[in-house]
Amino acid sequence: MANGNTQGEVVLAADGTPLKESLNKAMRKNRIRALLLVAPLFIFILFSFLIPIFDMTFRSVDNWQVGTLMPNTSLALKDWDGKAIPEEAVFEALIADLKAGAITREIGKVGTRLNYEKSGMRSMITSSARKSKKVKEGPYKPIVFKMHKKWKDLETWTVIKRNTSAYTIGYYLNAVDLKFDKSGEIVRQPENRQIYGKLFLRTFAISMAITIICIILAYPISYLLATMPLRYSNLLMIFVLLPFWTSLLVRTTAWIAMLQSQGVLNDLFVFFGFIDDANRLQLIYNLTGTIIAMTHILLPFMVLPLYSVMKTIPPTYMRAALSLGANPFVAFVRVYMPQTLSGIGAGSILVFILSIGYYITPALVGGTGGTLISNQIAYHMQSSLNWGLAGALGALLLGSVLALYTLYNKIVGIDNMKLG
Amino acid sequence: MSESPDILVKFESVQKSYDGEILVVKDFNLDVAKGEFVTMLGPSGSGKTTCLMMLAGFEPATHGEIYLDGVPINNVPPHKRGIGMVFQNYALFPHMTVAENLAFPLEVRGLGKSEINDKVKKALDMVRLGGFEDRRPAQLSGGQQQRVAVSRALVFGPKLVLMDEPLGALDKNLREEMQYEIKHIHEELDVTMVYVTHDQVEALTMSNRIAVFEDGIVQQLAAPAELYEKPDNAFVAGFIGENNRLFGEVKSIDGDFCQVELEGGSGMIKALCVNIGGVGTRTTLSLRPERVIIGGTPGSSTNTLQGTVEELIYLGDHIRSRVSLSGNSDFIVKVPNSHGHVHLKEGEVTSLGWEAEDCRALDA
Amino acid sequence: MKKMLKYSTFAISMLGMVSAAQAVDLNVVSWGGAYTASQMNAYYKPYTKKTGVKINSIDYSGGLAEMRAQSEAKNVTWDLVDVVLADAIKGCDEGMFRPIDMDKEMAAAPDGTPASKDFLKGTLLSECFVPQIIYSTAFAYRADAWGGKKPTKMADVFDLKNFPGKRALQKKAINNLEWALIADGVPLSKVYDVLDTDVGKDRAFKKLATIKKDVIWWTEGAIPPQLLADEEAVFGTGYNGRWFSAINEEKQPFAMLWDGQVLDIDGWAVPAKGKNVAEVMKFVKFATDTQRLADQAKYISYGPARLSSGPMVSKHATLGIDMGPHMPTKYADQGFMTDFAWWADNGDEMNERFAAWLLQ
Repeated sequence: MANGNTQGEVVLAADGTPLKESLNKAMRKNRIRALLLVAPLFIFILFSFLIPIFDMTFRSVDNWQVGTLMPNTSLALKDWDGKAIPEEAVFEALIADLKAGAITREIGKVGTRLNYEKSGMRSMITSSARKSKKVKEGPYKPIVFKMHKKWKDLETWTVIKRNTSAYTIGYYLNAVDLKFDKSGEIVRQPENRQIYGKLFLRTFAISMAITIICIILAYPISYLLATMPLRYSNLLMIFVLLPFWTSLLVRTTAWIAMLQSQGVLNDLFVFFGFIDDANRLQLIYNLTGTIIAMTHILLPFMVLPLYSVMKTIPPTYMRAALSLGANPFVAFVRVYMPQTLSGIGAGSILVFILSIGYYITPALVGGTGGTLISNQIAYHMQSSLNWGLAGALGALLLGSVLALYTLYNKIVGIDNMKLG
Repeated sequence: MSESPDILVKFESVQKSYDGEILVVKDFNLDVAKGEFVTMLGPSGSGKTTCLMMLAGFEPATHGEIYLDGVPINNVPPHKRGIGMVFQNYALFPHMTVAENLAFPLEVRGLGKSEINDKVKKALDMVRLGGFEDRRPAQLSGGQQQRVAVSRALVFGPKLVLMDEPLGALDKNLREEMQYEIKHIHEELDVTMVYVTHDQVEALTMSNRIAVFEDGIVQQLAAPAELYEKPDNAFVAGFIGENNRLFGEVKSIDGDFCQVELEGGSGMIKALCVNIGGVGTRTTLSLRPERVIIGGTPGSSTNTLQGTVEELIYLGDHIRSRVSLSGNSDFIVKVPNSHGHVHLKEGEVTSLGWEAEDCRALDA
Repeated sequence: MKKMLKYSTFAISMLGMVSAAQAVDLNVVSWGGAYTASQMNAYYKPYTKKTGVKINSIDYSGGLAEMRAQSEAKNVTWDLVDVVLADAIKGCDEGMFRPIDMDKEMAAAPDGTPASKDFLKGTLLSECFVPQIIYSTAFAYRADAWGGKKPTKMADVFDLKNFPGKRALQKKAINNLEWALIADGVPLSKVYDVLDTDVGKDRAFKKLATIKKDVIWWTEGAIPPQLLADEEAVFGTGYNGRWFSAINEEKQPFAMLWDGQVLDIDGWAVPAKGKNVAEVMKFVKFATDTQRLADQAKYISYGPARLSSGPMVSKHATLGIDMGPHMPTKYADQGFMTDFAWWADNGDEMNERFAAWLLQ
């Protein structure tokens, strides 16, 4: 009773302060220290990872161009019903915006943005802006019609009006092969422009294939590494890790030398008579090349987690299974393999996610077969400068990876993943 | 060799070498009768585990033949030998529940589902683990895991069960409990067991017979009492139980007894001849501490010597007294803590006596 | 004592900063490799010698991504960028680059012709762009591939019967569509008129499809000469400069097919929000005068963008070859210029269509 252990009574420390409070005080120092230890990494991740990801995702919906750079037109179009070419007041506003944009030299951004929605709007905007410098007084409608014939097009105005809003789903529509049609309805892209859906599927299929091949190749190697004496396993490990240590350029050159139709592998096949000289195999600049090269690069990511898991499985499990009457195959499948599942899971996640994001290698040795969704993202980042679309594609890719990860967690459980 | 129908396991001049240079098992011969509990006892590296592994089929014999029920099994793979085995760290499959672990040997034998369930239940009840079917091995205590491992090795009804230091990972109390439990299971099921341990108490507690290993050779194969009371050589005497050793030279042999002159001129001792070369050879005298009488008058025992009390340790039921005697400062005497026992003091000189039958003259 | 040391070091470092501020270093961005080497010899070194202004040469792999990132971050560290015309137009539209008044800010020809008249016709397509060289993307072929037969026209590239073998083409829509139309019989001057129609687009893709299974698509400029050298391909497209060095420096058995070559212009663009605009304009004026442009052709086989430089092009600085016949400008009548305005409007759509076509 003296210690106040009964219900409802505050437990006091020796100096009379409540016990909880003094415990908190004692723990605070530890917490601050932990926070300081984590801080550098956290700040690094914040600036190198979280902020860029947020930024790119924001760009995928950001639609500031028309609203900001054509404020008058945007305002004038607010009450436009979209049924016919707008009234003179809108054209007056347009001329004012084009003039201002030509002076600040920012109107091109509007052209670029609108051109994503409809080809040809870029030159319409830029040339009209250039011509607008000379325009003195109205009526403006005929002047604008003379600047570019597309101004007479109702769709032009529909597109502009749609993009006066500050946010858009246009990039996401584009990223899943959809678009707005003339009347603003969401429809599928014409057959000859449908690429991203196919590329997503292909990327997942290829990544899956690479993951499976990596499992098949890495499993026996890892088993050997885990069971053979250390001095031999170290040597073997070096061979496994070798791809890590060679530069991409050297590797690419090596693959080309090995795999091309006049290359080492084909020469050997011809020499041993597996194939005749006229029918050399095409092993590079196609899907085969992509899979070979990426499997080569990613194999260590499968071997290492498998090895580290196998290393912890004592041989007595196999012996126990044998002593209980299971033949070696059954013992392996029912007793050994299930215990390596965590390694397979960890390796598969690593390989799968890495191969989804690879784009340099497939671009170099993949030919047409090697085009993956990340190549398109890189293309839109670096060449076409359509960062909104790149952001949308990236966000979708990130989303699907997270979805797969969640699925994996549901089925296998992330606690069961062992990286070493 | 004629095959007795009662012999289940037979090792016939088995040799084993891993590297082609050193024999870890030199010439191993052993017959294990049906229903017998035989322990292979020895320090680590003495070859006992290797013999067990050869019997289980995990290591091939370099030379010699092993018979199971009269059939040579050198070329029979382990999974076809039908031998149950309990491993040092239990080797319970971590990804299976207790019930699945027990069902495993039955499933691979193609038994029906209901039959499996019955057998698993019975096996778990036998080790008092009914209700633990759905636990994973990691959720069990060491002793529980041990019992699962034992019942898994028995569930498919093998004639022979091997155990490789199965109690090594348990604490002392649990170990003793498990010793009795395994002993009872053995008696109940009438199964033949071959048990490997380095713990002599364990061996003495459970076995019908014990094979003491040293350096790849069986030093003595005998029942526990015989092994303790009548060790054949100095190694066995030293390895089994506590033992006082005195060194000397055989001066004369008279029937079963001999006269031995202790080193350092401490006097002549009459001892039982067990394993000596002949007159003039060196010998080790082996004497159990509990057979030494303290404070007797000269003549009350066959042999009487004077010793100095070096140290006294109070152990409750007895007082362990370390005495320096005939140049041996590690001579142990157990003084029972009974009414009117002798009260020794450190530094005191006292007389120590023993009978000739209790003092065995062994190899040097 | 310690304090004095501290102050003196501080003072010295301050002095260092002042002197650094006086002599501006210019950050000039270009493509690297042999091309930047030729610029160093022809422009950077003479300019540093003349003015003392140091040039920091920075390599990049083209595109406007980095430039746009700098503009958006409002921290432009590049003073001058070597860009292709298409990027200059795009960057100019977006306000990344500064407009330049040719006659006022650039040097006149030695005979007094103003700069706007001296630069080759059709090269001044963006007000932010000072032309430097004319290069071309053209086909080369293995001269030993078909015995004595030699391809002479674009149609031969699409003729698998007479000229069998793999073709190494760049994996993008631009140029390939034009070539397909040319091979299909469209005159050079009508290519973009045809391409602007839906029928014309279909026609181009249909013609391209006839050789699709024999195409090796490349993405790195170094690959096509390698493919031809390894006999993996018989035709390859690439920059004429690369073919020049493969043929003349590495002595590969290749020959040029100038027919249908795509002429393109490379030049300077000045970032609008750069920190040393005034200084860098002086450099651009120097580097694009008649003599300097003619000098560059000594080191690389790209044609100078000024009329007045043409007659001054002489021999290769190390090989001693007369560079005249290796200049793409000599075969200008067999080639055409990319319509960048058309591509600016239709590039996104065409690239998607091309990517979709590749997937089929």
